[in-house]
Amino acid sequence: MKEVRLRRYHAPAYDEPIIMEMGQKGQRGIIPPQADPQIAKRVGPADKLVPGKMLRRKPPALPEIDQYHVLSHFLRLSQMTLGMETGTDISEGTCTMKYSPKMHEQLVRMPQVTDVHPLQPEDTIQGILEIAWKLRGFLNEISGMSEFSFQTGGGAHATYLNACVVRRYHESRGELDRRTEMITTQFTHPCNAATPATAGFKVIILPHRKGYPDLDALKAVVGEHTAGIHMTNPEDTGIYNPRVREFTDIVHEAGGLCFYDQANANGLLGIARALEAGFDACHFNLHKTFSSPHGCEGPASGAYGCTERLAPFLPVPVVTERAGGYHLDYDRPQSIGKMRSFFGNLQCVIRAYAWILSMGAEGLKSAAEISVINNNYLEKLLLQIPGITHPYAEGRRRFEQVRYSMQELKEQTGFGSHDIQDRMVDFGIQSYWLSHHPFVVPEPFTPEPCETYSKEDLEYWAAVIEQACREARENPELIRTAPHNQAVGKIKDFSAADDPESWAITWRGFQRKRRAAGGGAPRPSADSTA
Amino acid sequence: MKQKPFVHPYIPNSEPVIREAMLKELGIPGPEEIYAEIPDALRLKRPLDLPQPIACEMELKRHLESILLKNSTCRETLSFLGGGCWQHYVPAVVDEIVNRSEYLTAYCGMNYSDLGKYQARFEFNSLMGELLELDAVSEPIYDWGSVAGLSIRMAARINGRNEVLLPGSICPQRLGQIRLLCQPEIMPNSIKIRIVDWDPESGRMDLADLKRKISEKTAAIYIENPSYLGFIEEQGEEISALAHKNGALFIVGVDPISLGVLQPPARYGADITCGDLQSLGIHMNCGGGQSGFIAFRDEETYVAECPLAIYSIMETVREGQYAFAEVRAERTSYGLRDKGKDWVGTASGLWTIAASVYLSLMGPRGMEEIGRTILQNAGYAKELLAGIAGVRVPMTSATLKEFVVNFDAAGKNVAEINRGLLERRIFGGKDISSEFPQFGNSALFCVTEVHSREDLERLAAALKEVLK
Repeated sequence: MKEVRLRRYHAPAYDEPIIMEMGQKGQRGIIPPQADPQIAKRVGPADKLVPGKMLRRKPPALPEIDQYHVLSHFLRLSQMTLGMETGTDISEGTCTMKYSPKMHEQLVRMPQVTDVHPLQPEDTIQGILEIAWKLRGFLNEISGMSEFSFQTGGGAHATYLNACVVRRYHESRGELDRRTEMITTQFTHPCNAATPATAGFKVIILPHRKGYPDLDALKAVVGEHTAGIHMTNPEDTGIYNPRVREFTDIVHEAGGLCFYDQANANGLLGIARALEAGFDACHFNLHKTFSSPHGCEGPASGAYGCTERLAPFLPVPVVTERAGGYHLDYDRPQSIGKMRSFFGNLQCVIRAYAWILSMGAEGLKSAAEISVINNNYLEKLLLQIPGITHPYAEGRRRFEQVRYSMQELKEQTGFGSHDIQDRMVDFGIQSYWLSHHPFVVPEPFTPEPCETYSKEDLEYWAAVIEQACREARENPELIRTAPHNQAVGKIKDFSAADDPESWAITWRGFQRKRRAAGGGAPRPSADSTA
Repeated sequence: MKQKPFVHPYIPNSEPVIREAMLKELGIPGPEEIYAEIPDALRLKRPLDLPQPIACEMELKRHLESILLKNSTCRETLSFLGGGCWQHYVPAVVDEIVNRSEYLTAYCGMNYSDLGKYQARFEFNSLMGELLELDAVSEPIYDWGSVAGLSIRMAARINGRNEVLLPGSICPQRLGQIRLLCQPEIMPNSIKIRIVDWDPESGRMDLADLKRKISEKTAAIYIENPSYLGFIEEQGEEISALAHKNGALFIVGVDPISLGVLQPPARYGADITCGDLQSLGIHMNCGGGQSGFIAFRDEETYVAECPLAIYSIMETVREGQYAFAEVRAERTSYGLRDKGKDWVGTASGLWTIAASVYLSLMGPRGMEEIGRTILQNAGYAKELLAGIAGVRVPMTSATLKEFVVNFDAAGKNVAEINRGLLERRIFGGKDISSEFPQFGNSALFCVTEVHSREDLERLAAALKEVLK
């Protein structure tokens, strides 16, 4: 492997107290506005405006801290967060950790976004409606669908929306009492099993055969009870299912609907679309493929697209265009209603529109092509490391990500993908993501080197994994006790988080449990923990 | 001269020499070798039909700004809109922190590399825990309607029952979300929604009707406080007692900014408290600032049935040092797929950090003071409006920041009145005439700490003009 000089990285270690320990009684972080004295005089004391038994008499035990120290506390916590922009975040596969252009942040911080109320008259939100309308057009073209809704607040929410749309569709045809089964596949994101279950469907998970969803298993379960299928392609493993059209045809023949989870569509932009593969609906995570920052897990947007046939069931309102103006259409009698309050996270819509416009057709295709080239390049580097394999689909190319296995490393050294995960962060890269559950691929890890990352980033990332795997053989103590260059040491006992006696979900709960256990102060003061 | 190939600023390896070197290393002439997995019939064989790209950042920014500037804002137009999204002041420190690259771009990085993110989450739990007087707080999900529905589903799993009782005064859109989550009644696991009568004058739930409807099938009673219509439901203790006497859980949806002056629902017996964080330091963002939380007692059965992520403080190998980890992760949809508790997914994580900074700045006094200011401002606005000929404030109950204003005697409907107000650069209250026909021609006004006395008097003067 190419010679790479590893960084001498160390995370900032502030030993930062929990905010509940900070401050002194009487300190203030901000002074809120007070009612005008004339108002106060006119309406009397606020206490009198609340029914006696509803008045809070014991103030909440929030900390009392001056402004500077609140700021520095949260700044220090941010420094102890690697995030994506400093963390060479090739690591988080299925998440598409691509660059979120900074100019887009300037746009979404304009008062024309932040200080807009969603119930303002249509005439006063024409800008935001125009962008939503135009993004709808872009995504229709990219997917082949006919209509898009931006109301959901995340990717799993979009799969839930689909389950609700499928439910309403069969209800409208009087078939809901018998169409009770939703099918999904082993290597499709777990929310595609979970959200139809929440919507009331019985869920059938198709097993895989040599890494591909099993077509015979589909034939065996499909029938008059089939409501639909939720599947993705390429699957979590990065393996593309070339028989996808047979899946959608079979489900359609049985009267079911086909949903394509395209949360991560990065490898397919301008290459292949949901429509041609036979899907009735799909969704894109605007916070993945379309560049919105992930925000510690939101605010997010699962843009949901569907064909004409399902459009009547979309949540209200739907944005429309008429006579050069943009409107909100609530008059949709077959709609499932509201998926989320108002219109969803329009910040993500603005960023996605800007990103697509900055790329154009050629740029989108380039992003897709480079993401698959990057992935295959990284794969070549990683598969040279003893102990790492990529199970299934031998001799076939993966697209934008790969599910690797460290099973051999585990057998040879006793260390698996969790152990390497704890060590890799010592070199200034984000911890990799392992796999969804269950771990069908043993000792898994799943990087996704999207178009943001340079050749040197890929080589650095592979070199870190190689270094950690080498240490597993040559210096096992280093792996066993990792991390070493992080702000804190290894968590003593993860099982404490599963035990009601020891878990502590809030500071007040922590103190209560400490007291119950006969403990004293939650911890020694900062200056005694050198 | 041969045109140079375009190298996109967001795609370093689109530079041709690098791209070629990588392909050479892979031993393939181009990405088509990789895409050969896709059957020919499924390939898109033409370029996407999209507008010419605007690759220049400055030009793109100008283009986007020119569109966004078509929006009016609640800065230049005086707004009295609420209804689940509220205009409150966002402290500068909140913006400074949530816009930090690390928080803005972090995702699922693990316990060590994203330690600060985990600590901020634990601090969110802890701060909300004090505000709500509950020991367990989950990572939030999309919005209030979502958590109301998920809390009801949680309750149904906890006690194995399949009906929920809620007052007819509930926000209709939230009720719609709850209905979706409770499933159509022909489905075998549907939770039946029964609406309890309420008194439109006081806002109170009709306890006699509640007694009639509650049974051994009742999984939970759900109320909102302050309610969608703004009133404060005073009968929390009575409703809670009825719920518990019948083996049902009591769930209260709450606007957390009220909790410096109003009792936390746990005090009057709520088993689960849920609500929306948006009022705690999150810009309205045209509805993009919503975030629904769920909090409950720290009991195993509650934790076991909560669908959302929950984090615990943890000891590390170094004495006196803490880290954080997810509690019983295997119960979620990530762990068990369709057998997990509903589902969990990316939702609104950044807003937990906003709310944490907000509550840290405000402290107990700040929360109390802002509650008082809102009460007094809204009280004054009610008086001013009720003093205008043809305008009535029909509900007699105490309210926090929102209240119903009736225009039946004004000779104009709400739409006409709001058009008149807009001409005077005022967004009038939300028209609720079709949502709550029992109030006739009415609007829901929202007054907060952002409104000055002059603002309120300007509203009253404008309304007088419009109604002239």
